[in-house]
Amino acid sequence: MTSELLLSSVKLIMPELILAIGAMVLLMIGAFAGRKSGPTIVALAVALLLFAGVFLFWAGNGEAFNGSLTFNAFTRFMQLLVLIGAALSMILSVGHEEPEYLDRFEFPVLMLLSTTGMMLMVSANDMLAFYMGLELMSLPLYVIAAINRDSLRSTEAGLKYFVLGSLSSGMLLYGISLIYGFTGNIGFEAVANQISLGETGLGFIFGMVFVLAGITFKISAVPFHMWTPDVYEGAPTPVTAFFASAPKVAAMAIIIRLLIEAFGPAVDQWRQVVVFIAIASMVLGAFAAIGQRNIKRLMAYSSITHMGYALVGLAAGTEVGVSGVAIYMAIYLFMTLGAFAIIMAMRLKEGGNVENIDDLAGLSQTKPVMAVVLTALMFSLAGVPPLAGFFGKYFVFLAAINAHLYTLAIIGVLSSVVAAFYYLRIVKVMWFDEPTVEFSRVAVELRFVFGLSGLFAIGYLLFGGPLNSAAQSAAAALF
Amino acid sequence: MSDWPILTTVTFLPLVGVVLILFTRDDNETGLRNIRNVALLTTLFTFVVSLFIWVNYDPADPNFQMVEYHDWLGTGIAYHLGVDGISMLFILLTTVLMPLCILASWEAITYRVKAYMIAFLILETLIIGVFVSLDIVMFYIFFEAGLIPMYLIIGIWGHERRVYASLKFFLYTFAGSVFMLLSIMAMYWVTGTTSVPVLLEYDFPVNLQYWLFLGFFASFAVKMPMWPVHTWLPDAHVEAPTAASGVLAGVLLKLGGFGVLRYSMPMFPDASYYFAPLIFALSIIAIIYASLVALMQTDMKKLIAYSSVAHMGYVTMGMFSATTEGVEGAIFLMLSHGIVSGALFFCVGIIYDRMHTREISAFGGLVNNMPKFAVAFMIFTMANVGLPGTSGFIGEFLTVIGVFQVNTWVAVFAATGVILSAAYALWLYRRVIFGALEKDSLKALLDLSTREKFVLYPLIILTIFFGVYPEPIFAAIHGPVAQIVQHYDAVLESTKNIALPVY
Repeated sequence: MTSELLLSSVKLIMPELILAIGAMVLLMIGAFAGRKSGPTIVALAVALLLFAGVFLFWAGNGEAFNGSLTFNAFTRFMQLLVLIGAALSMILSVGHEEPEYLDRFEFPVLMLLSTTGMMLMVSANDMLAFYMGLELMSLPLYVIAAINRDSLRSTEAGLKYFVLGSLSSGMLLYGISLIYGFTGNIGFEAVANQISLGETGLGFIFGMVFVLAGITFKISAVPFHMWTPDVYEGAPTPVTAFFASAPKVAAMAIIIRLLIEAFGPAVDQWRQVVVFIAIASMVLGAFAAIGQRNIKRLMAYSSITHMGYALVGLAAGTEVGVSGVAIYMAIYLFMTLGAFAIIMAMRLKEGGNVENIDDLAGLSQTKPVMAVVLTALMFSLAGVPPLAGFFGKYFVFLAAINAHLYTLAIIGVLSSVVAAFYYLRIVKVMWFDEPTVEFSRVAVELRFVFGLSGLFAIGYLLFGGPLNSAAQSAAAALF
Repeated sequence: MSDWPILTTVTFLPLVGVVLILFTRDDNETGLRNIRNVALLTTLFTFVVSLFIWVNYDPADPNFQMVEYHDWLGTGIAYHLGVDGISMLFILLTTVLMPLCILASWEAITYRVKAYMIAFLILETLIIGVFVSLDIVMFYIFFEAGLIPMYLIIGIWGHERRVYASLKFFLYTFAGSVFMLLSIMAMYWVTGTTSVPVLLEYDFPVNLQYWLFLGFFASFAVKMPMWPVHTWLPDAHVEAPTAASGVLAGVLLKLGGFGVLRYSMPMFPDASYYFAPLIFALSIIAIIYASLVALMQTDMKKLIAYSSVAHMGYVTMGMFSATTEGVEGAIFLMLSHGIVSGALFFCVGIIYDRMHTREISAFGGLVNNMPKFAVAFMIFTMANVGLPGTSGFIGEFLTVIGVFQVNTWVAVFAATGVILSAAYALWLYRRVIFGALEKDSLKALLDLSTREKFVLYPLIILTIFFGVYPEPIFAAIHGPVAQIVQHYDAVLESTKNIALPVY
């Protein structure tokens, strides 16, 4: 590789380099400064994420390292979402007052490394880069799920996530090897070319399904969702918020890129799989959430449902569909982080966090602003206009109708009615019931995050245009 | 003045009141009084401004007027407003009822007044938005968004079974509406636009029309409500606070009828024609069944709720007769029913505030110590029955005339419904107002207070005025209705000439 090529590649991956090198530096600072350095490291990590975000715009588009990584409007859009998700969940961890080892300096460093993995995965352009990105994303996630090592639930969550995650990685790798075996290539475009020549056969289909199974595990779509409720419930809440936001966006981005760029010519084959996964996720998520009492478990099922909706747009397999998914993920990211910020704010006066839905009783009387925001978020997640969540659903279903996937669309909207029931129940508890417990003062970091997401839920109505056009040009980059 | 965006002003004026109320303290008597005053003044001011829509309205022009257009969201969805004669009258109905609703909740709402007034003002904006939208997605947004404040109003300030009622209300309406959303999307892909004036001109393929019609119908039938999806209405009415019942019966039910007139009939004339027999059948069932059920009610609000279902049966029947008389009658009946049923709920609210019960058997002989109330209640009861000289008569009469031209049997059954409505309404009146004043609890009741007079008397004036002189309303709707009916007939004629689908 000539030095010029190397230089241009380095420019393209500048944001990732900043994160990777920054993580190492922070690790050194942490190691020398000791336990007390936690808050400083978090602040520096947030600064690094912002810095990387700025460099996203500077780095430009193109292919790096002989086509191993590719950068275009779509990957940049998704990378920006990933950075926002990571930064906001890191801010949330500061506002978390429960002693769950989150103040240790390892926590932000691991999050930074995981974020680096996501950024690489989103921009991967061959199977190996994709796999390496995925593993770099996942390994720190296993560790931070179990970071509260004194808690049985947290360690259980970490172990469960690790075992199931390894299984899915295994499937993924097996699928990749099949694809390599039957197409002779690992580059996305080369694979696509090979498929359109029509000489791939059944072996390739097997490989594709294995790859899909492995990666849908990361977005916790049914039938690979089993880990989600337990891990969401067991992990410390800021970690759960992180799990629910950035990795989901990154995994959804790479699913889109794989299906459209690498498996694009096999759209008729993968569409059936995606339609099935979408329907199963929407329906199971909607019905299983009804019985939940713990709000973190509820959010787990809610995220399963939402991944189903996002896949509705992808099932269309069109540019409209991809831009719908991109808008959906952006909206989902803000809604979820806001909801988790409020879950973290459910902290009793006498100390200790509570997680039951019934503990929200009468919130509209004790903490009106928080109640209004959570109400907006719940209606938004339920997809009731005029809030942001409605537009997310609107664009994905618009794409499904365009692709004549009427059954999928009808099942989808009906499941959204079922899902509305449990979101409404939270609203009911907050507004119609009398207060039972009193929450303590809310940390300013949490207020910042849920205020931001509340503004997003309502303000999308006025300022959604730029986001829509960004998502459209992102989707256009894939077609 | 002519290029002043009057529709935007009327739509979002209530939100100004919301902002003012947000910054008012509600922890002392003065603050509470200020909140109530601000809400009342905002709604009154909105009413006055909305009168300018009528002043500016040109009845000779059947197209949309006072149109405002701005790009919005950058994906085909535009900010597009405009009114025709029909929507203008519904806007006025809304702005008339809202100040009265605020007055009716003056003393009835004792807790969380601030949130209540905010919810009501937001609701007003959303309802007016439905009528002024000329972009179909924007219409859907307003149509659905109204559920949020209504859900909270029923759930927070309602009676014993409020949680059940509010949830049922929300889920029924939401489930119906999502199908409309799918239809809207399909229309977008067929036509490439969400602009209502363009969609009105577009001829959808006949087979597609059936599906699109069903999608819209699922939503409007629930909202209207038509038998058999009416069951949320009695629950919602009974549990809602007085003013919410008033606005629910007065305006929200009309959103369904308005939707049929603005969207279903002009956009899918072939499907409307095809499904008309089904709708006649459902309307007849609604009229007779709901009237019979109303006869047996022991709860006053439930009785009026079922009477609403019956009256909406006339509305759907008249609209789908697709004759000028039928459609004009349906519009007139919706406006009249908006005033009358709203007023009836206010009447029930007035005695509920005194007795805290809605059981009919708890009352009797009120005429002796509440003569003014008795007169007001009588006028509205008679209007509900459809006595000539009240606004109720004209609408019912015209819808029956309209449907008579299309199907005699439907008209016959509808006419029996008139008798039944006389039976339940007069029986209710007799049991509550007449008879000897025997119950001790009733003897101390006071007649209408000044505030209650301000609620009821304007509605009495409107009921009698439009019963005697309906011309202003007809003048406004002649143009748009003629256009709907002509378009409907023309499309059916052309479809017949091409090929009649065989089923």
